[in-house]
Amino acid sequence: MTEALTLNKITSQKGISIGEATRLIADLGWTPSYVQDAMAFPTDYKISKTPRDPMKQVLRSYFPMQEEKDNRVYGALDAALRGDMFRNVEPRWIEWMKLFLAIIPFPEISAARAMAPLGQLAPGDHLRTGFTMQMVDEFRHSTIQMNLKKWYMENYIDPAGFDITEKAFGKCAATTIGRQFGEAFLTGDAITASNIYLQVAAETAFTNTLFVAMPSEAARNGDYALPTVFLSVQSDESRHIGNGHSMLMSVLKEPDNHLLLERDIRYSFWQNHMFVDAMIGTIIEYGTKNRDKNKESYAELWHRWIFEDYYRTYMLPLEKYGIKIHHDDVHEAFDSIVKKGYVHKVAQAISAGWWANFWRIEAQTERDFEWFEAKYPGWYDEFGAWWENYEKLSKPGSEIITFADTGYVYPHRCWSSLVPCVVREDFCVDEVDGELFTYASEVDRWTHKEAFAAEYQGRPTPAMGRFSGRRQWEEIYDGWDLADAIVDMGFVRPDGKTLIAQPHMSFEEKDMWTLDHVRGHTIRSPLLALRELKPEARAKHVEDYRKGFKIRRI
Amino acid sequence: MSGRVMEQEQRSAAAGAKTFPGSDSRAYNYFEPKGRRATHYEDVTVDVQPDPERYLLQNWIISFGDGTPTYSKEWTALKSSDWHLYRAPDQEWERTHYQRQSTICGMIKNVIDNARRAGAPRRFDKAWVKILQDHLGAFKHAEYGLGTALMRAQRYGYTQMVNNAILTNSSYKLRLAQDLTLYLGEIALDIEGFDVDAGKRNWLENSIWQKARELVESARGAEDFLEQYFIVNVLFEPLVGELFRSGFVMQVAATQNDYSSPVVISAAEADYERNLANTVELFATLVRDPAHGEDNRRLLQDWFDKYSPIATQAALDLQPIWSQPRVKSAQFAKSYASAINRLQAIVSEIGVFSTQIPMPELQVAEPVE
Repeated sequence: MTEALTLNKITSQKGISIGEATRLIADLGWTPSYVQDAMAFPTDYKISKTPRDPMKQVLRSYFPMQEEKDNRVYGALDAALRGDMFRNVEPRWIEWMKLFLAIIPFPEISAARAMAPLGQLAPGDHLRTGFTMQMVDEFRHSTIQMNLKKWYMENYIDPAGFDITEKAFGKCAATTIGRQFGEAFLTGDAITASNIYLQVAAETAFTNTLFVAMPSEAARNGDYALPTVFLSVQSDESRHIGNGHSMLMSVLKEPDNHLLLERDIRYSFWQNHMFVDAMIGTIIEYGTKNRDKNKESYAELWHRWIFEDYYRTYMLPLEKYGIKIHHDDVHEAFDSIVKKGYVHKVAQAISAGWWANFWRIEAQTERDFEWFEAKYPGWYDEFGAWWENYEKLSKPGSEIITFADTGYVYPHRCWSSLVPCVVREDFCVDEVDGELFTYASEVDRWTHKEAFAAEYQGRPTPAMGRFSGRRQWEEIYDGWDLADAIVDMGFVRPDGKTLIAQPHMSFEEKDMWTLDHVRGHTIRSPLLALRELKPEARAKHVEDYRKGFKIRRI
Repeated sequence: MSGRVMEQEQRSAAAGAKTFPGSDSRAYNYFEPKGRRATHYEDVTVDVQPDPERYLLQNWIISFGDGTPTYSKEWTALKSSDWHLYRAPDQEWERTHYQRQSTICGMIKNVIDNARRAGAPRRFDKAWVKILQDHLGAFKHAEYGLGTALMRAQRYGYTQMVNNAILTNSSYKLRLAQDLTLYLGEIALDIEGFDVDAGKRNWLENSIWQKARELVESARGAEDFLEQYFIVNVLFEPLVGELFRSGFVMQVAATQNDYSSPVVISAAEADYERNLANTVELFATLVRDPAHGEDNRRLLQDWFDKYSPIATQAALDLQPIWSQPRVKSAQFAKSYASAINRLQAIVSEIGVFSTQIPMPELQVAEPVE
């Protein structure tokens, strides 16, 4: 039998090899001789080794590939509408997308901006194509996510919250955490921010929970759009992981950088854990209606993606290059999820302040309780009463759960991560430049006091970033009436009185809370109150806070 | 009221299933569209990069070591009463960007594949082959330099609209640099003796290209990101980029038996039309600014005065290339006059100044090598 003749065989012709193509493209750069390059990106690192391009892809194949991926995404969105997705989707899930999609486009576009310093700081031009693709990828992610959000807004039963999304992002107490996450990609020491924090930690480790685990949960809730968009986004991440690793290999070649790498890997891992596990853990565990006991819990996902995949196969091998890895932090992060209820306590804190949000949070009910108890033994004893109270108080005119006599203590906010200090036993305080600050854990205290400073272990670090701005949301509205703060943030529906946030999923107007229902309560900043105390009273407060609380049924 | 009761009552989560306060609020309502209704580009772009003037209640919460915030207006000497007004006329967002880039990649690939399959590169005039090797080869480095300059610049704008316009500009330039690199690498497979490394040597050493290189290095070296943007699109592109692409390659190639090079190059001309529109709109907006317009105009004039001599000389230095083809179908003087007219139109549109840009005297008869 003769060999089959294919079109490919007829039309194929010898082309330029991938190796030669990337060699020629890497040779596009040159050392300037008339005018030196502008160098405005500060770093305390020294980089002399040229990073290699692990992907060896050229833009000619990149753009058509991405267009094809886009075609699939937009085709799937059309198909979802034709299939009447929103008739069957779980509103509990879509409500949390108001939070998630308010946050994520900013970190994405920040990552695009972050390619500027990496492109300039990386010696040679080998990795420039990788950085270029990542820059355009991140532009893709940011605008494709804004488009998805617009699509939800246009097709989901309750668009309120989606309609104010970027304004809400700038004002909300919860999105502060996301702003810290995104700003950290591009501010301060360029290698710390854009290589270690963004590429080595966020993209290599935590996008798996962000962009893989969460879409799976979306599908279980009848939302086929999120997986469509985010798995497409995630397919770009392998390129970014490659960029990050290549740059890291250049950076660690210089022994002088090892101390800074130890600092930055520690800071980046912990702060990514604080943000991603708080947000994504809460959305996956508390935004779902699916209580299949065969599916993995967030703790199990974390163990698979972060502990096994990232810690064991990425972080640990760095030790052979002489980088000190803080194993105890990784174990502590896992313990905080499995043993200390980090995710559950964040969900509790976010629901405690439901009125300050721009999305709805409904109560967890018996079906949820059963699943939580199966996955996290002891959960009902610690959190069951909270959610039972929450449901009882979800009717407008009820007492606001924040101020009800449940025994709940409104949390301090961590100065470093900006996540509420929910693991009470890990709460700590310290003074920096003569001012008292509160932290969720010892690593958070170290992050502010030691890592984000002008000197690290005796070594000047002038390029390192600094915490700035009005970091604590509660300080801004200290002394304000709840209703006035909500109006000030603009978290009110177009009728001028109904709150966007609701503690339930009823779409009946009679069930909806208005400004009148929340007026008469005052916001207090726990940090300002703590600072006003005398030293003994402060110490007593910290001691009491660390003891935690037990929720009473009302 | 219980969760279960609500579940039974409320089956569908589709738009319109219930009417309640806010149930018909189906448009982003936190920015003023430029036109009567928000465009798709505006919806996915505006305010994604926030700032204290627009919604950042807590201000930027991380700063650089010297106290500079995550984004600062101080990163350009140009001033605006409201940076948020700017909209890129090309309205590009990810989908349109990939569609356009992908279409260009497909067009170029088809033309090159078909030309090579037909044996076209082997029929290029010999003198022309050397021009492609030396000068198109050199020019690809200019495009690359501009792309990297813009990649840096896209970090510094005060709004998402400014930064994304610069980002897509960078993407177009870097694609073109690679298009040219791969094109020359591929025809080199068909043309015996074609030296793919000659372009870089010419870029670094040939006097014809040194002023152009100085201009590109100026774009890479300017600290002010809008100064970079100005050098690229107001000066380099009309005086060097278009001059070489449209004023030479696209006019001359056909008479040298070359139909593929103009196609590869032509994409850049269309790219530039879009990038130019974005640039003119931005600078014109700044010149019209009610509070800072005159200061801005003067600064743009300063940049023009600083760099236009380099750009003009860079253009004039290219003149010998027009003499190198065996069949001469374009005159440098005409191409140069077009470039100056183009520059005149651009700066007039921006409002930098309206007086005529002086045209240096040129040898009308092309010297023969």
